[in-house]
Amino acid sequence: MNFFVELLITISLVVSGIFGLVGSYGLVKLKDSLQRLHAPTKATTLGVGGVLVASMIYFYAKTGYLSVHELLITVFLLLTAPITANFIAKTYMARNIRQSDLPDSQSTCGWSIYDEPPESRPGS
Amino acid sequence: MLKRLIPHPLLSLTLVFVWLGLVNKFTLGNLLLGGLFGIIIPMLTAPYWPDRPKISRPLKVLEYGFVVLWDIVVANIQVAAIILFKREENIQSHWIVVPLELTSAEAITVLAGTITMTPGTVSATLAADGGSILVHCLHTDDVDAVRDEIKTRYERRLKEIFQ
Repeated sequence: MNFFVELLITISLVVSGIFGLVGSYGLVKLKDSLQRLHAPTKATTLGVGGVLVASMIYFYAKTGYLSVHELLITVFLLLTAPITANFIAKTYMARNIRQSDLPDSQSTCGWSIYDEPPESRPGS
Repeated sequence: MLKRLIPHPLLSLTLVFVWLGLVNKFTLGNLLLGGLFGIIIPMLTAPYWPDRPKISRPLKVLEYGFVVLWDIVVANIQVAAIILFKREENIQSHWIVVPLELTSAEAITVLAGTITMTPGTVSATLAADGGSILVHCLHTDDVDAVRDEIKTRYERRLKEIFQ
């Protein structure tokens, strides 16, 4: 492995470490749950992403094959992170936030946490 | 018949590729096994996904993917900067209501996911009739600008893809 490859791997590992740390620090620093939600959904994607990039470069340099596992992990991560965040946000809202605290939905119905969907809509 | 056998051709294709990626080795056996999964899994999950979304412009999907990937990187840096350098009492979080023009459930799902992954915003909930989406913004000085950016940057592209 030459110097340039090692440098690339090191850079992505350091970047991922920094973002992982910042994401965790955000959990401690921000004050309410909804704000805390921002830290892990964002900062950690680059945190994990950096490790995956490093792993891909390392195995490509070592074996000569491009490993697809890392790409799949990225895809799974990008698909699941927003859904988890949405679950946490909805649970928090249902338990702690009253409808009057939220802005008006500007639609024919209120927010789905508090309001039933209209009857005519199929599939809901 | 074909429609019942393969209710979601794109999903089947994705499953084959995911399977080949998971075993990380291309052989005929793996391809056949992947094909089998690609037929069985969509059949079992078809009752939960009755609609068949039509993607009219596949190239736009690629463009959208790159825009979102780029925004995720930018979002990471912005949120990290807010966490590290802003004093706690200076962080002004806002609720933002984004009225939706998208109608298909798949398009709205993608939009909600995109909002969560990009600059300082998390999608919280939908209006019960799907007419607007509630977004929580970590820090902004200009609520309207954030709303307009979501509408022009993401929703416009998704509209081109799904409609």
